[in-house]
Amino acid sequence: MPPNAPALTPEQCEAFGAEMDALRQRIVSDLGAEDAEYIRQVVRVQRALEVTGRGLLFAGFLPPVWLGGVAALSLSKILDNMEIGHNVLHGQYDWLRDEALNSQTFEMDIVAPAELWKRSHNFGHHTYTNIVGKDRDIGYWILRLTPEQRWSPYYLGNPVYAALLSVIFQWGVMLHDLEAERVLSGEKGWDEVSSDAKKMAAKSLRQVGKDYVLFPALTGPLAPLTFAGNASANLIRNLWGFSIIFCGHFPDDVVTFTEEEAANESRGQWYVRQLLGSANITGSKLFHLLSGNLSHQIEHHLFPDIPARRYSQIAEEVRDTCRRYGLPYNTGPLHRQLGSVARKLVRLALPGGGPGGKHTETPATKNQAA
Amino acid sequence: MVPLLEAVTAPHGPDRYLEMLNPMWSLREVRAKIIDVRQTARGSVTLALRPNGNWRGFRAGQHVAFTIEIDGVRRTRCYSLACSVYCPDGLLELTVAAEPEGVVSGHLHSDAGPGAMVRLSQAQGGFTLPDDRPEHILLISGGSGITPVMSMLRTLCDDGFCATDRAGRVTFLHYARSADHVAYRDELAVLAAEHPGLRLLRAYTRGSGGELAGRFEPTHLPSLGSDAAAWVCGPAGLVDAVRALWDCTGISVPLQTEQFTAPAAALPADDGEPYGEVRFTHSGRRVANTGATLLEQAETAGMNPQFGCRMGICLTCTSRKTTGSVRHLHTGELSTEPDSEIQICSTVPVGDVAVDL
Repeated sequence: MPPNAPALTPEQCEAFGAEMDALRQRIVSDLGAEDAEYIRQVVRVQRALEVTGRGLLFAGFLPPVWLGGVAALSLSKILDNMEIGHNVLHGQYDWLRDEALNSQTFEMDIVAPAELWKRSHNFGHHTYTNIVGKDRDIGYWILRLTPEQRWSPYYLGNPVYAALLSVIFQWGVMLHDLEAERVLSGEKGWDEVSSDAKKMAAKSLRQVGKDYVLFPALTGPLAPLTFAGNASANLIRNLWGFSIIFCGHFPDDVVTFTEEEAANESRGQWYVRQLLGSANITGSKLFHLLSGNLSHQIEHHLFPDIPARRYSQIAEEVRDTCRRYGLPYNTGPLHRQLGSVARKLVRLALPGGGPGGKHTETPATKNQAA
Repeated sequence: MVPLLEAVTAPHGPDRYLEMLNPMWSLREVRAKIIDVRQTARGSVTLALRPNGNWRGFRAGQHVAFTIEIDGVRRTRCYSLACSVYCPDGLLELTVAAEPEGVVSGHLHSDAGPGAMVRLSQAQGGFTLPDDRPEHILLISGGSGITPVMSMLRTLCDDGFCATDRAGRVTFLHYARSADHVAYRDELAVLAAEHPGLRLLRAYTRGSGGELAGRFEPTHLPSLGSDAAAWVCGPAGLVDAVRALWDCTGISVPLQTEQFTAPAAALPADDGEPYGEVRFTHSGRRVANTGATLLEQAETAGMNPQFGCRMGICLTCTSRKTTGSVRHLHTGELSTEPDSEIQICSTVPVGDVAVDL
């Protein structure tokens, strides 16, 4: 465990893990018709918003209609990517045996192909969460998000890169799956790269074709307005997705790990790392829905394959368990978590770490010291 | 038109939007509406289904993969079609036996009603009548194995095959517990009365009143001339007995068989030694179950399946289990459902298991 993490004995770690396993078991055995109806209802709402949004843009010469179309389409894309796509691709609904909601067959309304996204997200990120050098999501190899990343003058642009990434986020996510750094180090061969690139080209051509050629063409003389509307919807989804995702692991007090610290960890230690490496966002029911329940990032990282609607039901219990073990439970409203990420992006643009030196001091360490 | 529809509905595809308007609408999938559900014999329920326009028809004796949603979860089972291939009213008919603890058959027997939508595969299977028909057709069935041979019999009757005693001959040999357990009992009697070339032989294993009694034995067979062929469908015991007779006595009449596998029985708590055999159906390998995870057993067998986290979260190793039961390492949960997706890194086989690897 890193020096700024609360020091649990191995027995405490295992006991914590056992409690998490028991909680998981309780939810899994309770899954049923309600969960099925819930996700199918979300899909119905998303499809209705999508059809409405596309439809309104056929009358996009009226400014309020254009705005309504963009709003509906943005919401559709946000629901598709967050509450439906991300969660379906985690296998949260595989037990329904519905190919429309199955992790092996689903594709999101996003340029990244599901197969490659699952490889880097489900495997890379969820297995090696917050292990510097192994979790490729730490800074996406563009940004400096932990003092453990060695500073170089390149990082002076840290906040600017982050702003640019937020605008083109879906493309960033896709290119991230190309694993450029593994290609440069020779770990990943060119045949693999070319096979990945072909899949990316196929998926992104379909996406671009639909949003920027086909639908504009179908609206005839309104083509430029439809083009702009679809681009706006993609942009809004990009900004939203970026904000939610960056609040999940990068606010202050989230703990990162070195490879040595995470080596040979037990199941209990794995749970503790997931907890310490994640942060929640508080908000309304609607906010949780639009965030794909990634506002319950902690619960999601503990139980990535449990239907996301369950996270809010168990959050109180998880928090309570953490309290009993003296473990921190990082949560806060969106503006605070986002502000924290923004300050970190600026701070880490400069050499060194946070205000406390190499490691920022967490409330948990303070408790321990006391 | 279809490519345009595909393009505007990417990445989800047209069906995902069409079904919002009408659950029966689909560009390619066969969907059917349950028109009628009837209790037809003790322990059997008969469904009448109206398929959508994607249904391409079938040959007598074939089966479909039938998918129904129960409590939001899709369950798939294979059922033989029982209707004549001419299905005059355009309705397909399935007769399903109630299995003890059968999720799907239990639902069909007690909860399913007209109006529900189901999904079907196209007809499949090679247990069919040839176009060039032999003079004497022997149809043997046991229990709910009656459905495919009933389809054959109805088709033959519609064809006028056994309409007179000078035309073709059909012998219909059926095994059931008692007369009450015979699905299509009345219809069989009517068909036999109307078709001089049809001979009914009913054998009851636990009741009286049949032309024959007890389980299958060689004396139950009619004499078979040179231009005859036989079809048998039923539980493994019946099919094995008939095949064994053919094998040891060298009967030259062609025999086609189809048997249904009994559903996985409820299993005791996993406290004993590992047992059974693991079959990797794609590579054709078989190993004795060591009790290790399926992934480890596959690797020990020299295979190289895909994997990621090796702890059940990333789904890289997801594979299709075709038959048998597996237990989840962390939750202890038992998965008995045939044709279901499992994570091989975190499940261990309980008894015989077949995985598509």
